[in-house]
Amino acid sequence: MAGTAAVPRSLYARLFQRPDPASLAPVAKVAVYTVLVFWALVCIGPLYWVLITSFKQPITVDGGPYYFPFIDFQPTLDAWTYLFVEVGRDTVRPYVNSVIIALAATFAAVFIGALAAYALVRIRFQVKIAAIVIFLTLLVATIVAVAAFRVPWTIAAAAAIALFVLFLSTASRRFKGALGNADIEFWIISNRIMPPIVAVLPIYLMFQQFHLLDTHIALIATYTAVNLPIVVWLMRDFFAGIPIEIEESAQVDGCGKFRTFFVIVMPLARSGLAATFMLVLILCWNEYLLALFLSNANAQTMPILVSAQNGTRGPQWWYMSALIVIMVAPVIVIAVALQKHIARGILLGAVKG
Amino acid sequence: MAIATTLPVAARAGNGFGDWAERHSGRIMVLPAVLIVLAFAVFPLIISAYLSVSRFALAPGGYKLSFIGAFNFRRLLVGQQQYHFLGTFSAFGPLEWGVAVLAAAALLYWLYSYLISGKLRPMGLVGRLISAGLGFGVVLLTLATIVAGGFPGSLMTTLVYVFVGVSIQFSIGLALALLCAQPIRARNWFRVIFFIPLMVTPVGIAYTFRMLADMEKGPLAPLRFALHLGEFAWATDPWSARLVVLLGDTWQWTPFMFIVLLAAVEARPHEQIEAAKIDGAGPFQIFRHVTWPAIAPVAATVVLIRLIEAFKIVDLPNVLTNGGPGLATESMTLHAFIAWRTQDLGGSAALGYILLFVSTVTCVSFFNFGVARARRYQ
Repeated sequence: MAGTAAVPRSLYARLFQRPDPASLAPVAKVAVYTVLVFWALVCIGPLYWVLITSFKQPITVDGGPYYFPFIDFQPTLDAWTYLFVEVGRDTVRPYVNSVIIALAATFAAVFIGALAAYALVRIRFQVKIAAIVIFLTLLVATIVAVAAFRVPWTIAAAAAIALFVLFLSTASRRFKGALGNADIEFWIISNRIMPPIVAVLPIYLMFQQFHLLDTHIALIATYTAVNLPIVVWLMRDFFAGIPIEIEESAQVDGCGKFRTFFVIVMPLARSGLAATFMLVLILCWNEYLLALFLSNANAQTMPILVSAQNGTRGPQWWYMSALIVIMVAPVIVIAVALQKHIARGILLGAVKG
Repeated sequence: MAIATTLPVAARAGNGFGDWAERHSGRIMVLPAVLIVLAFAVFPLIISAYLSVSRFALAPGGYKLSFIGAFNFRRLLVGQQQYHFLGTFSAFGPLEWGVAVLAAAALLYWLYSYLISGKLRPMGLVGRLISAGLGFGVVLLTLATIVAGGFPGSLMTTLVYVFVGVSIQFSIGLALALLCAQPIRARNWFRVIFFIPLMVTPVGIAYTFRMLADMEKGPLAPLRFALHLGEFAWATDPWSARLVVLLGDTWQWTPFMFIVLLAAVEARPHEQIEAAKIDGAGPFQIFRHVTWPAIAPVAATVVLIRLIEAFKIVDLPNVLTNGGPGLATESMTLHAFIAWRTQDLGGSAALGYILLFVSTVTCVSFFNFGVARARRYQ
């Protein structure tokens, strides 16, 4: 701290000036650490409070705030035994639902999204604008026919598909305007802008028609769909970063596109795949609004359980805290263990925009 | 960029499934994604548009939809649901008129400078008219419901969450990123700890903040005695309840700003900073002229992503305050959910469409007038 100068430095200089260009002045250092430690406490504090509250008894909750187990209150496992023994079945079922739905949806989204992202990076597409216009017109016409004029939906859909195929095989060659890869990518990614509340009502009615409400399939399919844009967005860059020469030489050796993708490209992109997988897994685990609409009792996920119990047992802090601890523990473990990888995924998404 | 790196489609003549699949490999790879997006985004959007102009009624063996035109929108904007969506208005005083005129003048000047700039394009003009119209509407709504003393509805509440929340999160995130980029020890520890809140389930955060906001037996209860607040509960006053929701949101999303901005700050040009220091520039001058231009594109992008997500807020208000007291903390998504629960599917779809419109216009405006400009800055 004394500095390297031969002349003795004044107290002011010793406190407020940098001893060398690569470090901070002592006062600045104390200030920086104070702020950073304060924010670290802000980040940890609420989680610490939930954790200790889950070991409290009703009397230690209602008797005013107690902060330190063994020092100002005696921790018990009452809430935990209640959670796992007395209402064990009501706890485990949503938990298993959450695990199944999050894992299945993440696998599906990463698989389908990675395929699409790879194709969009490596293969050139031309989609005729005229074909899109015709497709959307037919879609709207079909919906209006079914909803307003009571045409059976099978007939309407068959007629629309027939018309669309007819158009593709005859008139479509005359139109020149086409969309390329960047447009398709943008279209897929732009779905992230859409608030889920706009889409969830029709999805609800759709699953109601198929008698799939409150099933795992409904939630898995919906979660896959809402997370596809993120996967495409992130994987696109991971794939673009792989040197194309490797794939070209594989092709020269007679390796087909699918084999190239599965045998060569996927292993090369595995760190990117892992980052994307973890991010999507956490997003699926935390999802709330869609599950609120599409699940009831059978396919209930953890966030829905917590929100429902909040209505009936809100004041039972000990029970709710234990429930929240088991809900957020896996996510926090993943976040701490894989912070670097997940942050890389987020960074990649954010920086290139 | 993709064009230069595409692989040639193998021109092998042949038949059989393998060759057919190989020739159409691109389409087969993209098709599942396209079909899913069609089924879960495009198709629902069309159905939702249809629902928003219909009345939904349960009927024997299913439900019945009858066309009622723009009734659902009219009810929200000028009809009996106006208090819920737009809020309750108060009459304008001199201050409100003054601000309204100023805002109108500023927006007209902005349009005028575009008209005489010589870069006039039909699409640009339409876009700017929509942006300016929405902006002026939001100013009027703010004046009528907040400044003049009315009651904000779910639209205003959502906008408060979005704009106040994103500003706070950006400021804290940037400050932390600048501090964390200093030469200090334990940087990686801070990085890991600061990252955690982003991953925590929002519903869990909501309940946790419900406990923290309890001034009787929550951890902050001693503050009440220290500050001599007497009987006090966060959830009973509209603005303090909104503040608690904002705090929960900020706790969760500041890390997002932090990690992205930290990466940008660490990548700023060090030689320029050293040169500026030698020239005697103070820390604020360095920030203004070196750091900020270097991180502006990333900063604009991260705000854009956060804006997109912020409009979707629902879990925090629903679990933390249940939308209350009254309607004070109800976001538009929560409003639409409540409408759906009362079998008002038309109203719910109309709300969803208005949210889509507001958030798209805001994000596109921000992209065109914020992100694009920040990128040109570099």
